[in-house]
Amino acid sequence: MSAYRSRSERAGRAALIGFSVLVFAFLVLPILAVIPLSLNPTTFLVFPEGEISLRWYRHLAESPQWTHAFGNSLKIAIATTLIATPLGTLAAIGLAYMRSRAKTAIVALITAPLVVPVVVVAIAFYFLFAPLGLVNGSLGLIVAHSALAVPFVVIVVHAALRGLDTELLRAAASLGARPLTILIRVLVPLIAPGVAAGAVFAFMTSFDETTVALFIAGPEQRTLPIQMFEGVREQISPAIAAAATLLIIASTLLLGAAELLRRRGEGRAGSAPPDVGA
Amino acid sequence: MKSWARLLGIAALTASVAACGSSSELRPLTVVGWGGSSQDAHRNAYWTSFSRTTGIPLREDSWRGGVGVIRTKVVGGDTSWDIVQVETEDLILGCEEGLFQRLDWAGLGGRNAFLPAAVHDCGVGAMLWSYVIGYDGDRIKGPGPKSWADFWDVKRFPGKRGMRKTPKYSLEFALMADGVPADQVYPTLRTPQGVDRAFRKLDEIKPNVIWWSSISQVPDLLGSREVVMSVTSPGRLIVANRTEGRNFKLDWHGNIFAVDYWVILANSPRKAEATQLIRYMTRAENQMRLASHIPTGLTNVEANQRVDPKLKLDTPSDPANMVGALELDANFWVEYGDQLTQRFNAWVAR
Amino acid sequence: MPGSRAKLPGLRRWWRVALLAPLLLFLLASFVAPVLMMLSRAVVDRDLERLWPDSAVALRQWDGAGAPPDALAATVAREIVATRQAGTLNQVANRLNYDMVGSRSLLYATADRLTAGSAGTTVRDLARIDPRWGQPGIWAAMRHADGPLTRHYLLAALDRRLDADDRIVNVPAEQAVFANIYLRTFKISAIVALLCIALGYPVAYLLASLPERKANPLLILVLLPFWTSALVRTAAWAVLLQTNGVVNNALQTVGLIDAPLQLIYNRLGVYIAMTHVLLPFFILPLYGVMKGIPPTAMRAASSLGAPPLRAFLSVYLPQTLPGVAAGAIIVFTLALGYYVTPALVGGGADQMISASIAFYTNQSLNWGMAAALSLLLLLPLLLMVFAGRTMVRTVPA
Repeated sequence: MSAYRSRSERAGRAALIGFSVLVFAFLVLPILAVIPLSLNPTTFLVFPEGEISLRWYRHLAESPQWTHAFGNSLKIAIATTLIATPLGTLAAIGLAYMRSRAKTAIVALITAPLVVPVVVVAIAFYFLFAPLGLVNGSLGLIVAHSALAVPFVVIVVHAALRGLDTELLRAAASLGARPLTILIRVLVPLIAPGVAAGAVFAFMTSFDETTVALFIAGPEQRTLPIQMFEGVREQISPAIAAAATLLIIASTLLLGAAELLRRRGEGRAGSAPPDVGA
Repeated sequence: MKSWARLLGIAALTASVAACGSSSELRPLTVVGWGGSSQDAHRNAYWTSFSRTTGIPLREDSWRGGVGVIRTKVVGGDTSWDIVQVETEDLILGCEEGLFQRLDWAGLGGRNAFLPAAVHDCGVGAMLWSYVIGYDGDRIKGPGPKSWADFWDVKRFPGKRGMRKTPKYSLEFALMADGVPADQVYPTLRTPQGVDRAFRKLDEIKPNVIWWSSISQVPDLLGSREVVMSVTSPGRLIVANRTEGRNFKLDWHGNIFAVDYWVILANSPRKAEATQLIRYMTRAENQMRLASHIPTGLTNVEANQRVDPKLKLDTPSDPANMVGALELDANFWVEYGDQLTQRFNAWVAR
Repeated sequence: MPGSRAKLPGLRRWWRVALLAPLLLFLLASFVAPVLMMLSRAVVDRDLERLWPDSAVALRQWDGAGAPPDALAATVAREIVATRQAGTLNQVANRLNYDMVGSRSLLYATADRLTAGSAGTTVRDLARIDPRWGQPGIWAAMRHADGPLTRHYLLAALDRRLDADDRIVNVPAEQAVFANIYLRTFKISAIVALLCIALGYPVAYLLASLPERKANPLLILVLLPFWTSALVRTAAWAVLLQTNGVVNNALQTVGLIDAPLQLIYNRLGVYIAMTHVLLPFFILPLYGVMKGIPPTAMRAASSLGAPPLRAFLSVYLPQTLPGVAAGAIIVFTLALGYYVTPALVGGGADQMISASIAFYTNQSLNWGMAAALSLLLLLPLLLMVFAGRTMVRTVPA
């Protein structure tokens, strides 16, 4: 192919690469830049000169607000995962057995939480829960986060099902296994990596979710994102950079793992969006 | 539509409530302040020792004011707050609407134990405070701003200004910057022409304003040099000077002073404990402790007499600071607040 | 999601239903019902009807022309006192205040005078308490609120109102704000989408043209921000763009600028942060589409002597347009609803419609207004989604 290349073509290619490098830098540098900022021993938001310090990480670990927020986020995200994963997995299996128009409608319903602006979802929950006395409880947040997380589970598990070798199921059926047995003993183990990936997406959806939490969480349920939002708004300090660093590491590790699981499950490129709302 | 939808919602929720247990019944007594170093001062002066001596656990929240927030909580059915520190017009409006519990004044030591301005059926004065001009002495060397006209003068003092994102205070300061004497500010604002004049004056400075919604942002906006001067309450900057080695300075010319009040929300599930905490926070010996944590005017008469005069510097209790000061006219804001807030919000958003 | 390719062994119908039912019921209860109930508040208006039942009936019977009948005035006066004593007057008062500012203080002052013994059986009695009772404004406000449905909130969300004669008029210019904010919301979203196209297209093209061995490590550079939450990335920008922050310091050190630039709390900050947050949502689906385009077409065009640029424009570009449209629609629709990012890096004049929705929910009890604004935000969004059904099909999955 290179034989066809003219000089102008090579120049074009170089420009393309140069431009892309700048865009990659724009995408990644801001995220990486907070890491050295978090290691700075002063209260200023500058890169550390010479000395680096874990002062701001200690600050996070010792401040009851941050640790409490972390605990809340963890609790709510785990509960969300426990609700969203089975619901989404079952539904994805059900969907895989469906063709027809009904399927389109059901898929539209399931993915609706991704399309409706988060702020609309947030006030919908607020208006529902406030008269019932459920704002300021973890429960409201768990229910809301589950609704937001379920589409990811369905998408990921559904994709895993499509990559499935159906011969195994057919074989099981022809050997006289009952549908329930096939589901539990054959199908679920086969799609386990996909389910695990879906669970991680559900977990991160809840763990990272800000807007709904801002509306319906009370002082007792302050989550990590709320703590961070308020921090950026009120007292921006290297502690924010430290918290951001921890969250970047956590989400990279977890979602990177989920991505590997997912690809193992279906063997395709692309990715499910972990976080659509801001 | 509504009834079936509600039924579905309630069915799903009751099932899960039963599983999780309702947390709002079990929550601790909740007190709501204005965040930042003021909240720290309250915690150190009152809340920690209250919890220790009574064994009543406390939790905190912070807010930025506005009776709409209280209305949303009480009418909307959210029972997460018990005691809130509110501004005067919010006190008056909320009391009238029945959003607050009426206080038992005998239990607080009688109305005469407090400054007259600190006494209300629904609230007792928490502190006396002012909005003044604050700036960083390390950035403005030499003579600093000495009036609201100086605050508006972006040629002499280039840089952004921090202002509270409310018409209250902003309109008053604008008129003073436009040359209206303090005692004529509210009479002027009561005329449509006066309001237009204030907005016109605000137009001048709008491109140079960074609006803050929470007073606790101010030391940070000044410290990070986002703004060169800001509307501020004095105490927070003095605390930043003490704890962070800042060189923030204050100018008291044309300051507006007001009282903040403790109220108990009408839907508080912990009224008895809330009353107990308010009594604790307004006792003379306890209030005197607050002054040592943050410069602020005290509302308890005895506390005011006994407190170290040095602690009155940088507070509205120092007569030197009150020359040419303006008292916030809460009745004006009760009457015109909605209208002006609507106009102001539209103006800010443009 | 494309149709299933898997042909799973037969499963009875009720099995399928049983598998899907839990999720569908859950979403119905936890998502569909709350959203519909919330939206219904934009038009359902029952506060006055609930608290002043007799007045509501009397108001509906009155044709609204001329002076209100005295019987109506007497009913209203009676129910003002009753609700004042029951402690529920505030709900009516606030509702009327949305229509006519000053209604709340009028009702409370009137309640106090009536309780103190003032007569309140005729319109003239009430007008003696406060002259506003003799004017059409307050009566019109009550009529507009007599339920069960109202146009008030939707009109207000469009900067319109009903006047005393029920004509639709513009609100005073100094109060008109929502049309402006809607336009701004669409403008910011469109510009962010365009920026994503400009920055993302070349990158997706480069990634698609590289062999997978080289493309995969580069793809990580897109996935890393994709995995990091929008809040964390916004927070990162808020830290970096400070007047004394890293970006300004770097620019000053290099000597590009003398004094720090204002990069945050303004529109520039919003564009930078939102483009950063949304760019992966553009690149990834486009990359997926580009990967599916066989390189043979371009090669054929080149071998037929077409100059590379022309081959690109006439052969390659048209094939990628569905991907560009899908990515741009995803970015645009997500941007429309953004709240956190503009709240943290924008100034007062950079807030989008979500900020208004939040204001009416949290700072003011005006939930009807929040619902009306949400409805007007959802409508164009639904149109976009139905128009671009490509979106659902190409959501990266």
